[in-house]
Amino acid sequence: MTGDDLAGGARPQRRLPVSPGWLADARSGLRGRLRPLSSFPLGTPPWPATVARPPVERTLGTDYDSDWARSPLARTGRAVVQEVLAAPLVKLLAAPTVTGVDRLAHLDEPVIFAANHASHLDAPLLVSVIPDRWRRELFVAGAADYFFDTRIKAASFAFLLNAVPIERQRVSRVSARRVSELLEDGWSMLIFPEGGRSPDGWGRPHRAGAAWMAQRTGRPIVPVHIEGTRRILAKGSSRVHPGRTTVTFGAPLRADPAADPRVLAVRLEEAIAALADETANDWYTARLRAAAGTTPALTGPDGADWRRAWALGRPRRPERSRRRERWPWNA
Amino acid sequence: MARPGFVLEVDRSTPPILTWHGEGFRLERLPAGRSRVIYAPEPLKPLDDPDEEIRQALLHPMGDSAPLPDLLFAGMRLTIAFDDISLPLPPMRRPDNRQRVMEAVLEMAAAAGVDDVVLICALALHRRMTEAELRHAVGDRVYDAFAPSGRLLQHDAEDPAGLVHLGQTDQGEDVEINRRAAESDLLVYVNINLVAMDGGHKSVATGLASYRSLRHHHNVRTMRHSRSFMDQERSELHSSNWRMGRLIAASGVKVFQIETTLNNDAFPEQMGFLQKREWEWTARDRGAYLATTKSLSLAPPRVARSIFQSIKAPHAMTSVYAGEVEAVHRATTDMVYRQQLVAVDGQTDIAVFGLPHLCPYNVNSIMNPILVMCMGLGYLFNLYRGQPVVRRGGVAILSHPTPWAFHPVHHPSYIDFFEEVLADTTDPVEIEKNYEARFANDEWYRHLYRTSHAYHGVHPFYMWYWGAHALEHLGRVIIVGGEPRSVRRLGFSPASTLADALEMASDVVGRDATITHLHCPPIMIADVS
Repeated sequence: MTGDDLAGGARPQRRLPVSPGWLADARSGLRGRLRPLSSFPLGTPPWPATVARPPVERTLGTDYDSDWARSPLARTGRAVVQEVLAAPLVKLLAAPTVTGVDRLAHLDEPVIFAANHASHLDAPLLVSVIPDRWRRELFVAGAADYFFDTRIKAASFAFLLNAVPIERQRVSRVSARRVSELLEDGWSMLIFPEGGRSPDGWGRPHRAGAAWMAQRTGRPIVPVHIEGTRRILAKGSSRVHPGRTTVTFGAPLRADPAADPRVLAVRLEEAIAALADETANDWYTARLRAAAGTTPALTGPDGADWRRAWALGRPRRPERSRRRERWPWNA
Repeated sequence: MARPGFVLEVDRSTPPILTWHGEGFRLERLPAGRSRVIYAPEPLKPLDDPDEEIRQALLHPMGDSAPLPDLLFAGMRLTIAFDDISLPLPPMRRPDNRQRVMEAVLEMAAAAGVDDVVLICALALHRRMTEAELRHAVGDRVYDAFAPSGRLLQHDAEDPAGLVHLGQTDQGEDVEINRRAAESDLLVYVNINLVAMDGGHKSVATGLASYRSLRHHHNVRTMRHSRSFMDQERSELHSSNWRMGRLIAASGVKVFQIETTLNNDAFPEQMGFLQKREWEWTARDRGAYLATTKSLSLAPPRVARSIFQSIKAPHAMTSVYAGEVEAVHRATTDMVYRQQLVAVDGQTDIAVFGLPHLCPYNVNSIMNPILVMCMGLGYLFNLYRGQPVVRRGGVAILSHPTPWAFHPVHHPSYIDFFEEVLADTTDPVEIEKNYEARFANDEWYRHLYRTSHAYHGVHPFYMWYWGAHALEHLGRVIIVGGEPRSVRRLGFSPASTLADALEMASDVVGRDATITHLHCPPIMIADVS
């Protein structure tokens, strides 16, 4: 039975008092009435088509000037945000276990921290666990095309992480000069030599930028391995799953001034792979395999996607007891 | 540049001098005109890149030893022995020298493909270390790589199957050491030389030995003929160890010795005043001193002890040598002397020793009265070369609370030694003759040593023998601020204040006696002419 069958004839048609058509008409009318206010001379004049436009001054991407983020005021604000908000939040989400800091005990100069990269969590995690000696004067090399493509993003990352734009698709003199000036001025750098986050959990081949910078400035590179951030916030995921992470600092590497920077890039990749092996197994096993050249590669096995995912498996970490054993519990 | 050691002649303008008193310190005024204070040299500059220096030492060894990589090969049995918790003092901040050296050695072993590697803590008759203590010494990386698979061991001087008798020296001394170490293709010993007494043949011949072997040099006669332990040329303790070490080498045990030295930067920045000369204290130092002493006076002893035991020294490595034992040890000893020797002109009638909270045998533990005696008369008294700071028949004044307190897990036999043996006699010869064998062979003490964290049953005897030379040499021993009944049990005289102690000392050495205060720690060796 339908409404037409009801006694009293056809059901009256119901219309909203404001329809889409009415709105369009109203907007067009309003624009017409306001046009005189926005047009020249009250508004911007049109550019004659026959006159060449001057080059637009680029202020984003690699041209973004982040010097303001290293002013005393910005540094103080960043320190407060990092210590009061970011570090506790990172601890809550990622529960980092940090090892290998002792390998840096004798270093007292600016360094380049180079880490594997699997998650947006990596940079804030490292900024919260890098020893104090370097943390307060640390900048993060950020992808110019990703973090510096809008004014809001650029300002946010420059303030929060002291990010500096780096061209990751090609060699950029502007990026290189800015980074080397900062390293020579006493700042340390955090860089992800893979150039982006891992799409599948395995590492990607390293680019030579970090090694090239080390060669140019003479600063040591500290290899860093991060384990566990992908489980918390993977690439492409918008959900955060709190978990545990391990950050392992390796022994610093120094560039040979006479050698090709790509040699150092290879050493760096091998060092991070050895740290990954050390995290998954134990230090001596990792050293034995490194010496024999059988350290598992960070890039994983070749083959179909499912086989790479399968090979990723579950992380295998030895249980590490930090409890200070005291009698009678250890009797 | 570090300033050398210094002897201050006390006059009326001299400020009160900081004197250690267990878990605390006092400012004591010494009589003007007849007192002097010996200050340690300032900390030497540490190595810029210790890891690289270690690598170079391993690649360019001393004596007739080949470079370490040439001694390593796949399929070999490699044993790495290392010093226990008694070194260094206070425990150093991470990374410990042992960790740095062991990682360098293991890197080379890994490069050579050595699979059969065992690490042994050379603790002789000391207590077993806990996991936390081992982690601190060898580092987490080494611990996690070796401990879970049972390849990080602690020497057991009472395990018949784990010991091997290598023979007797020409003086009839038994040499019995750890079997795994003796039967390895290479034994690498990783040493921290805090004082000139450490290292050399003593590392293996003592650290990896059994009671049967140790009793030949840890006895009253040897201790009385070691003048001092810090002077190997005049130390019977070292002569015995050298004879044993040479027999070990002649038995085919190949030892690759690695010795490291530290500077005497013993206290963290907040307690920097402990290393300074009093007249150089800044307002900050004075504030730190007042705040520290006030808070320590309010804290219960247990809390004060925890605070002091948590101190990690900023010691830094000043040298590393590797290779043949005797060549390495000569170079190391020279380096230790460079850091610690202070030239002192002549002996004194009264020596004042402020005893700190720590000696080699109470790390993470309690400094019981026997250790007070050992620290004062065994260690501080023996910090000399040439002749003792105090003359024969002189007086030693120790400053320590000397509580009647023992750690029941670490020092079980000490309790019985104090209650039973010292109640009978304090004469080291009598003690050795009448009691040592019973304690050394006691099954319960043996069980606690092997399975718990207890010092061996005979250990308190050795502590007493350690002071035998001083007991024979001195006319009287007075302890300032000590618990009277503990002090009397030790056979010493209690005094409430330093002034009282000096008054009491005048009965022995006269009223115009000269006084010397050893401003220690940091550690120094008085080179007495």
